[in-house]
Amino acid sequence: MNYAVLAFILFAIGAVAVLTRRNAIIALMGVELMLNSCNLALVTFARMHGDITGQTVAFFVMVVAAAEVVIGLGIIVSIFRTRRSASVDAPNLLKN
Amino acid sequence: MTTNAIAATGNVELIWLAVAIPLVSAGILLLAGKGANRWGHWLGILASLGSLVIGVMAALDLLGQDSSNRIQEHILYEWIPGGDLDVALGFRVDPLSITFVLLVTFVGTLIHIYSVAYMEKDRDRRRFFAYLNLFVASMLLLVLGNSYLVLFVGWEGVGLASYLLIGFWNQVPEYATAGKKAFVMNRVGDMGMLLAMMTMFASFGTVSFDGVAGAAGGASEGVLTAIGIFLLVAACGKSAQFPLQAWLGDAMAGPTPVSALIHAATMVTAGVYLMVRSGFIFEGAPTAQLLVAIIGTITLIFGAIVGSAKDDMKKVLAASTMSQIGYMMLAAGLGPIGAAFAIFHLVTHGFFKAGMFLGAGSVMHAMNDEVDMRGFGGLWKHMKVTWVTFGLGYLAIIGFPFLSGFYSKDYIIEAAFVGEGWQPWVFGTATLLVAGLTAFYMSRLFFMVFHGKPRWSSEGPNAKHPHESPALMTIPMIILAIGSVGLGWFLDAGDRFVTFLEPVTGAVEHLEPVIPVPVIIGLTLTLVAIGVAVAYVMYVRNDVPAKAPAANVLVNAARNDLHQDAINENLFMRPGQWLTRGVDGTDRGLIDGLVMAVARSFGSVGRSIGKIQNGYARSYAGVMTLGIVVVVILALAARI
Repeated sequence: MNYAVLAFILFAIGAVAVLTRRNAIIALMGVELMLNSCNLALVTFARMHGDITGQTVAFFVMVVAAAEVVIGLGIIVSIFRTRRSASVDAPNLLKN
Repeated sequence: MTTNAIAATGNVELIWLAVAIPLVSAGILLLAGKGANRWGHWLGILASLGSLVIGVMAALDLLGQDSSNRIQEHILYEWIPGGDLDVALGFRVDPLSITFVLLVTFVGTLIHIYSVAYMEKDRDRRRFFAYLNLFVASMLLLVLGNSYLVLFVGWEGVGLASYLLIGFWNQVPEYATAGKKAFVMNRVGDMGMLLAMMTMFASFGTVSFDGVAGAAGGASEGVLTAIGIFLLVAACGKSAQFPLQAWLGDAMAGPTPVSALIHAATMVTAGVYLMVRSGFIFEGAPTAQLLVAIIGTITLIFGAIVGSAKDDMKKVLAASTMSQIGYMMLAAGLGPIGAAFAIFHLVTHGFFKAGMFLGAGSVMHAMNDEVDMRGFGGLWKHMKVTWVTFGLGYLAIIGFPFLSGFYSKDYIIEAAFVGEGWQPWVFGTATLLVAGLTAFYMSRLFFMVFHGKPRWSSEGPNAKHPHESPALMTIPMIILAIGSVGLGWFLDAGDRFVTFLEPVTGAVEHLEPVIPVPVIIGLTLTLVAIGVAVAYVMYVRNDVPAKAPAANVLVNAARNDLHQDAINENLFMRPGQWLTRGVDGTDRGLIDGLVMAVARSFGSVGRSIGKIQNGYARSYAGVMTLGIVVVVILALAARI
């Protein structure tokens, strides 16, 4: 049960990081934190129910997170190259 | 009276050509363009002449027949076959229609000839002749149609031609307005015609004269009264009868030959034609018939009062036409005793009034298109032919013994004195008094124009050099003047004309007037003499002031057509405008407002939602988070 509460707190920290920080790297770190909190919750629930489905899903989440980081970092780097900034608010060219 | 028609034979079968020739000619003239300017007017005359020849041929054929065979129909083709309504395009040739054909084509041809000279300097003369031909074709269709629907086509056709011709000089906004006014007021009347036809179709299932006449015998009085009143409304519009009379005075804006052709001899008489033609309906509807007589009486008094005060030569003649047609309507409203006399007066009036209009045109020609009689005087020395022909027409209209008008008008006055109760006294007295009034205002016109001291000068900026008009103008005037003199006597001899009309109007019963006939004639002549004498004293003995003198309320009212325009404006036009304004306001405010409010609310919702799409990734994430929180809370709430 404590693990579930920890996972909730971690998720909240991650979410706030994503919502408030302007730097894309930090935001990405927030996303990672949220994913990890999810993993923690999944593993915890798997343990609580004596079912390995949660652990399996956690494994998938890790794979997806790794892939996401690769793509996310790629996007951030290319944005940084063209605009000399890693802010998430600056690239709003698609607006309108 | 309700004899059915027999199939046409001989020359009568050709009667459709009388309509077709001027129609084709009008088409050619309108399409030919400027190239036809040199010969267009001659084609117009030729077309009118062709109709006259065909009319005469048919008339001779008809006269050769026994009087029981004098109602003939010629069906050209099935025009509207379908459902319960079958309408054939058919022509009906009978004494009544052939009388009109002869009058229209004869007077029409003379006016065509006159117009060649009158319109010589007008660059649109070809167009003018096209319209004249269109008018002749429509008028002939009107009188020759064998059903109300065919009649209605001609009815609308003359309305159109009249509109085109009144507004012929449409570069002058006033004239264009006059044309529009005539058109609109005629439409009001036409509504009556449409209603009458619809009622006929609903009640009898037919609109042909024979069919309606056959069914009218067994119809209820209420239906016949309704039809009769609707027909009366139609006649009021076309014939400028009370209360739809206001357009005729303004219609004088058109070229003078138009006033002569349309507004004296033919179109405005169509209402009388309709009344007489529909005699079988009025026979079964005494209320409607009485109403016709009352309308006629009101109009004949109205026209005479207006005519006595106007200074515009043509408007006096127009008011006089209105008044004379009032006589005819009154006669038509008296039933068979009056109907034949109405047509009799119509024919003689067609001659002398057309003659006087042409005379007025001739005077205008001589006086630089001036129409104010106060600027005339003493013209008889300068234009002898016009003076004599106009004078003969003038004597005919006031009922000078043994001229045309004497016969026809006297019969109407006598017929008005026939009847029971209050009617003969009211109608008879009105006709008698207006006979005197007619003498006064026509003498006033005649004396102011041709006699007294000249009130124009041949020097200065307004120099006028009166001269006689060319032969092309005077010859038609002379022919019409001969008609004004001799026609009444010729048609009256041995009751020739009235007997000829009998198959249509019914036999004239010889009823005794409430006052002996010689007394009526004596009274009429006395009143006419008084009218002439008063006019002589006022306008020959005394000088005519160049400006209309200040006058009392009554005279001012008469000068302003008894305020009919103001009445129409306040009674019909203003409320109409309010109504349209109200409808417009409702449309804009209520209907549009509702639609626009809905659209605006959707728009503002859209705009506020649009604000969320600001392009900031973090705000999207925030919204998403908020959404998730809401969903989670809802899910939890649902579980509890």
